[in-house]
Amino acid sequence: MTKVSMTVNGKAVSGEVEGRTLLSTFLRDGLGLTGTHVGCDTSQCGACVVHVDGRAVKSCTIFAADVAGATVKTIEGMANPDGSLSTLQQAFQDNHGLQCGFCTPGMVMASAAFLAENPTPTEAEVRHGLEGNICRCTGYHNIVKAVLQASGQDVSKIAAE
Amino acid sequence: MHNFDFVKPSTIADAVKALKAEGAQALSGGQTLVASMKQRLAAPATLVSLTGIAEMKGVCLGDGGLHVGGATPHADVAREAARHYPALAALAGGIGDPQVRNRGTLGGSIANDDPAACYPAGVLGSGATVVTDRRRIAADDFFQGLFTTALHAGEIVTSVVFPIPQAAAYEKFDQPASRFALTGVFVAKYADGVRVAVTGAGGDGVFRWTEAERALSANFSASAIAGLSVDPSGLIHDLHGTPEYRANLVKVLTARAVQAAG
Repeated sequence: MTKVSMTVNGKAVSGEVEGRTLLSTFLRDGLGLTGTHVGCDTSQCGACVVHVDGRAVKSCTIFAADVAGATVKTIEGMANPDGSLSTLQQAFQDNHGLQCGFCTPGMVMASAAFLAENPTPTEAEVRHGLEGNICRCTGYHNIVKAVLQASGQDVSKIAAE
Repeated sequence: MHNFDFVKPSTIADAVKALKAEGAQALSGGQTLVASMKQRLAAPATLVSLTGIAEMKGVCLGDGGLHVGGATPHADVAREAARHYPALAALAGGIGDPQVRNRGTLGGSIANDDPAACYPAGVLGSGATVVTDRRRIAADDFFQGLFTTALHAGEIVTSVVFPIPQAAAYEKFDQPASRFALTGVFVAKYADGVRVAVTGAGGDGVFRWTEAERALSANFSASAIAGLSVDPSGLIHDLHGTPEYRANLVKVLTARAVQAAG
């Protein structure tokens, strides 16, 4: 066991990990941040996406020890400081961008990183940008709509399907 | 996953030293290796992370062309190589998905040498030079079969030098579930000839379609390969496509790449 320290959602944290401890395991079991979901555990589904030093990554495919010292952001760090939903989260709620909700943390984290790089995307760009995230309810249409709304674009003409 | 000791050196010299330990294995972005370890297909005693080595990251112009550090993630190559070598940047930007591109690296990809990976086609198609901690290896000598390269145990790909072509393009027919290439073709036109490298199709991994290279060197247009055909024997046969299907894809994608390269 070795001790790792990192900054998670603005707080300095540390814990004991094995070499094989995944970042997703450290976040969930070590820090109790169970908002980061583990769906496939094979880096296909994207439910475990978090930001490491500002980049969206799949936390089930990174060892916690490999990101020692990094700045990590999880879904628990996405709301506004007063606890209200961020613009992106609110857009997911407004557009019913979730059904069972299991993929939602990864979808929000992937979308936030995507919008940081491409603040005014087209619908096709959103779909391409979310390629690494699977919604098993197949609720993609409203997820894409939510991301477009969060980018400040008018989505009133996009019908719910 | 079996447990292991984890070390993260900050210099190439320290990484080489750490890799001399019995059962040591290099870890780059881990986008293949971590999954393999979960399945216990790999069980190193020590994992030596290369992600903390600053001298192995980055993209810059230098002697012989574009130098890309072995530990440079695909997303960085997609962004930073765009104005120097757009076809290579496009290839990097089409690997996997955004999260994979933020972690996976050039060195990790070619050291693994998956027969359906994109980078081997870009490296072989560019006639690039693979630079390791101890020597320089021509792309033609580097790839030696399925998951097999010229690398010795403990040898690290520190960078790759890509000669910049006059025109180039990579055409990939996605396997939509894995996002690997069902077949992919990289075409690059240099002053001394055209190179055509094929991934996702060869039973022995990435290969050059030399017949097309000769035809395209004489006449760089899609029509130059119209009369050629690819021998399906020895091509990959799996549930996604037969050798005959892949042989046809090689020709179709080569023509598209030539058109895209212009």
